[in-house]
Amino acid sequence: MAALLAGAVPDLKVRLAPIVEKYRGKQGVAIPLLADIQREVGYVAQEAVEYAGEQLSIPAAELFGVATFYAMFRFQPQGKYVVRLCRGTACHVQGSARILEQLERSLGIKDGETTGDLMFTLQCVACLGCCSLAPVMMVNDAVHGRLTPEKAVEVLETLRKAD
Amino acid sequence: MNKTTVTIGLASCGVASGGLPVAEELERLLAGRGDVELKRVGCIGYCYMEPLVGVEREGKSYTYGKVNADIARRIVEEHVDKNAVVKEHLILTDGVSEEEKKDGSENARADRQVRIVLRNSGLIDPKKIDEYIARDGYKALKKAVGMGRDDVIREILDSGLRGRGGAGFPTGMKWRFARDAKGAEPNAKNPNGTDKYMVCNADEGDPGAFMDRSVLESDPHSVIEGMAIGAYAVGASHGVIYCRAEYPMAIRHLEIALAQARERGFLGGKILGDPDFSFDAYIKEGAGAFVCGEETALIASIEGQRGMPRPRPPFPANSGVWKKPTNINNVETYANVPWIVLNGAAAFSKYGHGRSKGTKVFALAGKIKKGGLAEVPMGMSLREVIYDIAGGIENDRKFKAVQLGGPSGGCVPESLLDTPVDYESINATGAIMGSGGMVVMDEDTCVVDVARFFLAFVQKESCGKCPFCRIGTKRMLEILEKITRGEGALEDIGNLLSLAEQIRDGSLCGLGQTAPNPVLTTLKYFRDEYAAHIADKKCPAKVCSALIRYTVDESRCVGCARCAKACPVQAIAGEVKKPHRIDDAVCVRCGLCKKNCPVSCISVG
Repeated sequence: MAALLAGAVPDLKVRLAPIVEKYRGKQGVAIPLLADIQREVGYVAQEAVEYAGEQLSIPAAELFGVATFYAMFRFQPQGKYVVRLCRGTACHVQGSARILEQLERSLGIKDGETTGDLMFTLQCVACLGCCSLAPVMMVNDAVHGRLTPEKAVEVLETLRKAD
Repeated sequence: MNKTTVTIGLASCGVASGGLPVAEELERLLAGRGDVELKRVGCIGYCYMEPLVGVEREGKSYTYGKVNADIARRIVEEHVDKNAVVKEHLILTDGVSEEEKKDGSENARADRQVRIVLRNSGLIDPKKIDEYIARDGYKALKKAVGMGRDDVIREILDSGLRGRGGAGFPTGMKWRFARDAKGAEPNAKNPNGTDKYMVCNADEGDPGAFMDRSVLESDPHSVIEGMAIGAYAVGASHGVIYCRAEYPMAIRHLEIALAQARERGFLGGKILGDPDFSFDAYIKEGAGAFVCGEETALIASIEGQRGMPRPRPPFPANSGVWKKPTNINNVETYANVPWIVLNGAAAFSKYGHGRSKGTKVFALAGKIKKGGLAEVPMGMSLREVIYDIAGGIENDRKFKAVQLGGPSGGCVPESLLDTPVDYESINATGAIMGSGGMVVMDEDTCVVDVARFFLAFVQKESCGKCPFCRIGTKRMLEILEKITRGEGALEDIGNLLSLAEQIRDGSLCGLGQTAPNPVLTTLKYFRDEYAAHIADKKCPAKVCSALIRYTVDESRCVGCARCAKACPVQAIAGEVKKPHRIDDAVCVRCGLCKKNCPVSCISVG
């Protein structure tokens, strides 16, 4: 798991107020609460979890227990483009391991990390369910199929140039 | 002239293959035309032919494959306007003469299928409830309410429908347990109470399976109707659809469908005027954990906790979501229900083989020519599915194995390709039916590497509760990594087998109990490939990086330097027009040099 990051979140209380109110007095709220925090702050910031937990009388440890269990929660700021490389079975037999290696080399980061300029976050995911187009990656919401290592790098280079 | 309908498939695969620009072009071409209706439909399962465009007129329908903007224009100008079929792009026909049928290149594939679950997929706009209703939608719910709850359960029992999520437990029996469980709030029809939960497991986590995504994207009402019928039968008033967050389109279409069903009175209070029947459902997004496909873990996750399984009993039927009686079925199971209620148990059970009735949807992927979805009657052989429907092996390479059932399943070799697809026959091979993912592997796939891949997956997804699963899968993975690095020893095989047995016996839930399956089946059917890695330090499929090396045949190298340019790590040196050489210590075995060599003088061995 990535190290928890305790960066200062500006206007924390104001930004979290509507989220906290939404879940006050309800049961079983940990997952949607954390998802809302991630949407608002960009990642599950320690400070934000502690504040929300205090307001809702849920121990921060319990919230972190849930957050670290599920793959969707992230503990560091994310890049502008989140690259989800599918590492499902169909993609694996069609060579997605080579694509991962090539993306890691070309971006200079490993699975789960973000480039220094906060442009790209690289994430391996279990299966995107587009197996017949394998190998596949999703950049934000757009699916790119039938990839080769060169094509995958090209997609990201086009995005970087357009920026 | 009669009204013409033009359809464009825009489920995830269609969009990823470039369906949106085709839709825009069609929209532009057909704007303002009263005689033509453009419909945005879901997926019919011919992913390898996406984007798909259909033309329907006077009961005849034609589907075109691999359509781009230019072909779309031709379809409008020639077929829609002049009634001249664009034969070279035609793949499917329906309701046409035998002579005309010959022009559809994929008709033979379609003829082998029986569409019950996929009855509406790709034919209706999933965002319009009226199109679902026009194809007998919600008729089964009306019929069920008229039948009485015991008769509904009897019908499902008689049909022989079994859980399509993997384990194959009889659905009717599950419903009966939930009906018999005591919940609060009884009413005249439900003396055991209605404070029960009907849950849909849409956490399709098996890598290689995508039929549930497709059904939810293309025909969400069929699942909602199935849930409502079940809710009526067991007396449930609450519904939860637990859908993975990786499927944004499925969630969007479900949200729309739920709102429409509520508006029409198919969900909510006093459904269809029955004062004792109230039921509503909401979507719960999964947060990414494979183990949540297990019933008790899924319940924990719905309650907002870490998704960890707990021992059964109590079974969810008696104590599930918030300790209330709960029935859990998967997407495909629910989608079968309205069809069975409407057409009767006998119409369903006439398809099938042994104790497996009806059809099964398979997600076909891997090294095959025609990837996509296929719904076939149970009992068809694996060979027929792979060769007749999936078109055989890509590039006409040699078949090696088919992986069934995802991480809980196994690899079935060529000698067993005549195995019929039914729960019992597939179990006998050591694999499982699972949710229906079928990943085909050819001679270029290394089965040891595949076993390592699955172990890495379950090891990562193990929730950590049971030590045998948590630590045992880690030890197995380490051994497999060692073997693929060429550092394996002969005793590793025995260690793998003994760990496998301990993990199977010492784990609480299905994830752990079945985690060793991919290793066990590959050891059973492909032992020589393990031996090659261990004894000869060779990877016969030339996949495992540590056991292969790339070399240039210097006598044939023309010195074009394309390999050097393609190399991502500058491992290739040589002067222009002189033979090049690969520095093995720097080489990362990506294979780009071999792919870029114009004279094929680079080999891997």
